[in-house]
Formats: sequence, C-alpha cells, structure tokens
Amino acid sequence: MDAIDTLARIEPGSTLDALRRRKPVTRNNAQASFDALFGAEARLPLRERAAVALFVAGLQTDEPGQTLYGAMLADEPLHAAIAAEFKHAATTGPYGAFPAGPLTREDLAGPSYTISAAGRAALGARLAAAFEQAHMLVFHPRDATPGAIRTLEAVGWSTPDIVTLSQLVAFLSFQLRAAHGLRALAGSLA
Amino acid sequence: MTEPVTFTRALLDWLPWLEPVAETDLTDRQRAGLVDPARVKSAYFRLLAHDPDILGARTRTDKDIFFNVAEGLPRAERELAAAATSRLNGCIYCASVHARHAVTYSKRDADVDRLLAEGIGADLGERWNAITEAAAALTATPPQFGAPHIERLRRAGLGDLEIADLIHGSAFFNWANRLMLSLGEPAV
Repeated sequence: MDAIDTLARIEPGSTLDALRRRKPVTRNNAQASFDALFGAEARLPLRERAAVALFVAGLQTDEPGQTLYGAMLADEPLHAAIAAEFKHAATTGPYGAFPAGPLTREDLAGPSYTISAAGRAALGARLAAAFEQAHMLVFHPRDATPGAIRTLEAVGWSTPDIVTLSQLVAFLSFQLRAAHGLRALAGSLA
Repeated sequence: MTEPVTFTRALLDWLPWLEPVAETDLTDRQRAGLVDPARVKSAYFRLLAHDPDILGARTRTDKDIFFNVAEGLPRAERELAAAATSRLNGCIYCASVHARHAVTYSKRDADVDRLLAEGIGADLGERWNAITEAAAALTATPPQFGAPHIERLRRAGLGDLEIADLIHGSAFFNWANRLMLSLGEPAV
C-alpha cells in the first residue's frame, strides 16, 4: 500500500487496487512525489513539512490526511496548536478576486486568514507565515500576490524554500483530492 | 506586457515572481528534474528546478495522467477536466493551455469557449456537463465530489477507469493551478 492507498483505504487485491495498477506510472510517480516532499532527502526540516501538511489536511477536513501527516509530526505540543488554527481558519473555497475587468463580476469574497497570537507563539514566525500562505493557497489561490512572497522572505524563506512550500501545499491539494475521489469511487462499487 | 483580464485560448506568457535557476547554472540533478530537455527554456520550470526531485516526480505524474491514452478517458476529456478545474480556481494561464488542448483533441471550439466565457455550469451537452460538474465538485475545498457525481458520470457512459482518470486529471490541476498562481502571473 502506498500513501494514496492509505488515504483512500484501498486494500491490496481490491477493485480499486487493480484499477490504480492499470496506470503504474501515475501510481509510482504520485508516490515518488510524496517521497520527494516527505522523505529523508526532502528540503526543509521535517517539522515544518509535517506541520504544514497537518494544517492543510485539517483545512480540508480530511481525516485520513490528518492521521497520516499528524503521525509525521513528532513535536506533540504543536498538534493542539495546529488543530486550534485549522478549526478557526476553516471555510469553503475556491473564492477570491479576479484582475480588474469583466471577470470581477465573478469575484467571491471570503476570509483572509491571520494566525492567532497563540498560534504564532507556538509555531514561530517562519511557520506562522507559511500557514498564512498555505491557507490562501488552499481556499483562495487566485488571491496570491508577489507581496505574499515578500512576506515569506521577510521571515527567512529563501527562493528554494518558497518553491518547496508551494509544491507542498499544491501537491497535498492533488493527493488528498485523488484519495477523496478514489474513496468515493470505491464506495460506489460496494 | 499586460495582465490578461479574461479567460482565453490565446497563447499567454507567464512571469515568475522569484528568480528561476539560470540556464547556465542548472546542475545535473536540476536538469534531470526538468525531464524534458526543451523545458530549460521555460522560466516556470527553471523556477521549479530549485527543488528538482519534486519537479521530476510531478512532471512524470503530469505526463502520464494526460498523455497515457492506451486506455481510459479520451485525451479531450482529460483536457476538459483540466480546463474546468483551472476555470473554477481562476488560473487564467492554466485554463488557456488546456482549453487549447481540449479544442485540439475534441474540435469543439464553441463548447470550450462557452466554458471559458460562462464558467462551470455552461451547457456543453450532457457528457461534458457531467465531467465539468464532477471536476468542479472535486475542486471545491473541502471536496464535494461523491456518489451523485459518479452516478451522473456512469449514466453519461464513463466506466470505472475513465472516472479514475477524470479524478486524477482534476486533482492534478489543483496542484498545477496552485503552483502557477502562487509563483508568478500570466501576461499577454
């Protein structure tokens, strides 16, 4: 079983297992992507990657994701701080603004998340900024701005760090959805 | 260079907000991460080359989900799912690329243009409506995709593997859209 099997609760030998194995390159590279972001050679400290992943899974109310990524976060006191953040930050997306012009009639207002004072104290400035960026990418990615990048840089995120952070949140947006969809497909065959 | 203000099938540029790795500075590992040597010309892929391992795995995932058509969902409908996902998230650049591909493989210019102009909910005929509705439901955060969408897809003629391909195509664009939207901007 790979990470998506675990998240989607796909058992070896099941119909969904057989279905996934008909696209072995997709299956193997979805797992290689997970390994590149969460394995021993990944960039960024594991504490940062696991904290962001647990926050993203929490924002998506994805329970299997919270279990998988929560287990990677050894820093036990952080779990409660992260859970408090995703509970107060939860909303529904995608929303956001379009560039000035005809599309602005489709603008959808939604919350812009700022981490709580307690969350900032528990997580530190670097992770606090990452959480604010992650929330935007999860719920309102079209509101991303160069200013948000400058905010990350101001608390020590380098260019490669920011690329990895974007990959991390964006990959989770794929992986948790792929697993959600496959879980629903399995349910329809039961 | 100006920012596009509508969804379009026109060729757009993409301008990074962070400095890509210079072509002459690419390490062997970064070149390997690009997978396709022609991508050294792309600022987007050279920016992602700052983390080459995830770039390589991402690129191979992308190519198989969209290009491996030995079986499963027709290419046109994988592209439709990518365009619909990008339309809903608001990635004008991604939508332009995959709307062009959707037209190339389906020849349904008017329907693809209707999706770009009207968004999710544009009437594209039952099979395409079922696909865009499913892509939109999976793109919602948290995802809303479930039994009613699968039922509608089955009634429209999609089998299990085709539905799995649609799930992967839409889920993948939730990855791609967030990279393109967070690291730079489209330009005309």
